[in-house]
Amino acid sequence: MARLIRTEKEVEGKYTEQWIVVEEDSLDQWPEGPQTTVGRPAARVTGPARARGEAEYTADVQLPGMLHTAVLRSPHGHARVTRLELGPALEAPGVRGVLTPEECEHLTSEPGYPGEPVAAVAADTFAQAEAALARIDVDWEIVEPRLDPDDAVRREELIGEPQRYERGDADRGLAEADVVVEAEYRTQTVLHNALETHQSVCVWEGGRLTVYTSTQFIWGVRAEVAEHFGIPEDRVRVVCRYMGGGFGAKTTPGEYTYIAAQLARKTGRPVRCALTRREENLASGNRHATIQRLVAGAREDGTLTALGGEFTMAVGWDGFQSSTAGPMQMLYACDNVRTVEYGAKLNTGPNAAFRAPGFVEGTFGLECLLDELAAKLGLDPLELRRRNYADSDLVDDRPFSSKNLLECYRRAEPHWGRRDEVRARSEGPWRRGVGLASQIWYGAGGPPSYAWVRVGSDGRAHVITGGQDIGTGTTTALAQIAAEELGLPLDRVEISIGDSDRGPYASISAGSSTTPSLGPAVRAAAADVARQIVEVAAQRHDLEERVLSLRDGNVVSADGGSWGLEEITGLFDDAQIIGKGSRGPNPTGMRVLTFGVQVAEVAVDVETGEIRVERIAAIHDIGRVINPLGASSQVEGGIIQGLGHTLSEQRLLDPESGAVLTQTLDAYKLPTIADVPEIVTELLDIPDPHLTNLGAKGLGEPPIIPTAAAIANAIRDATGADVRSLPITREEMLRALEEARERERAVAGSAG
Amino acid sequence: MPELVVNGERHDVEGPAMRTLAETLREDLGLTGTKIACGEGHCGACTVLVDGAPTLSCITLVHAVGDREVTTIEGLRDHPLVDAFVRADALQCGFCTPGQIVSASALVRDQPEPARDDIRHAMAGNLCRCGTYPKIEEAILAVAADAD
Repeated sequence: MARLIRTEKEVEGKYTEQWIVVEEDSLDQWPEGPQTTVGRPAARVTGPARARGEAEYTADVQLPGMLHTAVLRSPHGHARVTRLELGPALEAPGVRGVLTPEECEHLTSEPGYPGEPVAAVAADTFAQAEAALARIDVDWEIVEPRLDPDDAVRREELIGEPQRYERGDADRGLAEADVVVEAEYRTQTVLHNALETHQSVCVWEGGRLTVYTSTQFIWGVRAEVAEHFGIPEDRVRVVCRYMGGGFGAKTTPGEYTYIAAQLARKTGRPVRCALTRREENLASGNRHATIQRLVAGAREDGTLTALGGEFTMAVGWDGFQSSTAGPMQMLYACDNVRTVEYGAKLNTGPNAAFRAPGFVEGTFGLECLLDELAAKLGLDPLELRRRNYADSDLVDDRPFSSKNLLECYRRAEPHWGRRDEVRARSEGPWRRGVGLASQIWYGAGGPPSYAWVRVGSDGRAHVITGGQDIGTGTTTALAQIAAEELGLPLDRVEISIGDSDRGPYASISAGSSTTPSLGPAVRAAAADVARQIVEVAAQRHDLEERVLSLRDGNVVSADGGSWGLEEITGLFDDAQIIGKGSRGPNPTGMRVLTFGVQVAEVAVDVETGEIRVERIAAIHDIGRVINPLGASSQVEGGIIQGLGHTLSEQRLLDPESGAVLTQTLDAYKLPTIADVPEIVTELLDIPDPHLTNLGAKGLGEPPIIPTAAAIANAIRDATGADVRSLPITREEMLRALEEARERERAVAGSAG
Repeated sequence: MPELVVNGERHDVEGPAMRTLAETLREDLGLTGTKIACGEGHCGACTVLVDGAPTLSCITLVHAVGDREVTTIEGLRDHPLVDAFVRADALQCGFCTPGQIVSASALVRDQPEPARDDIRHAMAGNLCRCGTYPKIEEAILAVAADAD
């Protein structure tokens, strides 16, 4: 029977209440440890299609008569369009249609950041559309751009209300402290740069709109596009079969989808609108910069008496405040915590979620502050963290559904214990050291999500769900779950995703939620099929259902009977047995979170400021691990992205005009294969006993969270210098080294 | 009308003077395994072989190829690297993967037993935003080991 319940839903730390319909979720979790397929390494099922260049990404969709779009974007930080004449562009070769701000609410005549879209041209080829752009007659009245986040906060030019949080009495806590440390940390604006740029192809057929799009949420795109055009949601089909990376920036339709859909309606032709790499780095979102003014107080034994933070976030022209204060509120058992977060409205591109938004930045500040505190207390940094371990969630006063961070710390000891040996390898100008940082994040997933599984006369299972695989390996994990439940080898499971016309609703791929959201629904659907197959076999062979089970592609009975699955499902010719499953609610009254710790080893040339990260050990607690191979790839990928954030990546602006100077992958420095350190991954693989029929949490975001702080703390260990600003360029490294030398001289001077 | 030899087949191609090899392969010949991710020669996603040499097809004009032979990922589908990449999990979103495999194919042809540093040198021009680099190294080493 369908069950209507009201439950809490969380995506990236934002909690909402909503109604959901679920079937009974009566499946017990599998025992801890590797099963037949789940918990064992599996090559990803989409691997061959992707590696052979057969997979059709949105970038590869070519439809007959398809037009290509070029978008006129503001070259200014802030401007008003005083004249816009599109006539000459319409007469250019190949041009089939144009779009103005009057026709489309996603175009504007008062652009607030460089790259904000103003008008669009559709032509037979992209080159023709681009050539036509140059013919548009446009006059700009330039307005002085606002670029300084502190200044914006002083003027109260904010996005959203300031977020204030307090528990206990932070002032009293600081007064009671034996030791207080204060420091200002800064993190930079980082650009996502998924290799497939933001793009859509739109086509209208008989009043229905099909949107091929590179997205993390086909159902979100469907809802927003339907609302934009005032048509029922089921008149919009959204397709994303293969997706070339998102990292948080592809959760909404984006102006390119609306532009393509509107030009498609206007011209009666399929229309592609794809951002170029330069547009991608202007106008497709970013991880906003932060300024964090932090304080911590502790007793001599290391007990935290107070934590405080004032966070200024350079949100940009639009977007949202990432929860930068989250780690400070959640990570430690400190009774007195006070934070305030301001989102500055600036003439820079809107931010977008980027892999653990806020927590990457906030963990850098907090975990560096903890190490500065440990140094002042003369305490071992790992021991300081253990002494402030939180046994329950102090923000909402809830128990954790599961927390094994102490076990992560225990598993970190052999890596942490290498530091004498690492330091001893310092030679010449190269100083070596070891640092660590903890990780806290969400990753519960949640309802609603649904899946269908069908088994046909070929004895193969086909999983169908309207989710999307943004490169994290979702499809493989889901196929493993279905295979496990049905007692089938993995190569007898097909999976179809990414089409809102051809599968049931599934949740967004964001917030480390895809596997913990969709996985339980797939298991429930597979169990529904398995139950029906057993019922059919029991009737066919005159046996009791309770003696039958599915194993190795067979229906087996307790007395030794065995029938190939296709013997049972083949009874119906080519018809299939169909199961459906839904994601049940998260445990009531509990906080479901992921935890971990990373230990970094670095070498710093104290003469040139060059930094080499030599080794990172990552230990994370994410509940049950479905695919250890794919999971290790997620960890490595998160760390490598974190390495870029820590050392090389930075959106640079012209300080006068606000123009983005790092629009190309030449100027914007992503890590290459030559930058990668040794990475050691250890996942605890302890199922969360309270979370769903799987006990599995998400893993997409946790690995990127502690990397920057672990590296910065290793640099302090190696050199005694406090690096407090990301990226840690040579300039920042040399500044910190000079500051440390001055401090030493002052100490020597006062001693003399 | 100029001819272009791709994966051993001859094609008549036409296009304006500034047409790139990548556009011709993808849009005119339907060989969409070659990806365009930056369009200006910075990321390596568009890598193809031209007379065996890894070449950035997004900044190569099709008219400049002449009678040299072009090999794309479609011509390398049976290369042991494809299976090695899948088995090592050396791909996540997969958008850079065809270019990675094309570059790696030239490496293992010229250096059947590459050291890690050789791999890091030869592959540094192929960016992967998902961070599959450690597994790419493994995949290439696995192919080298199997060739023994």
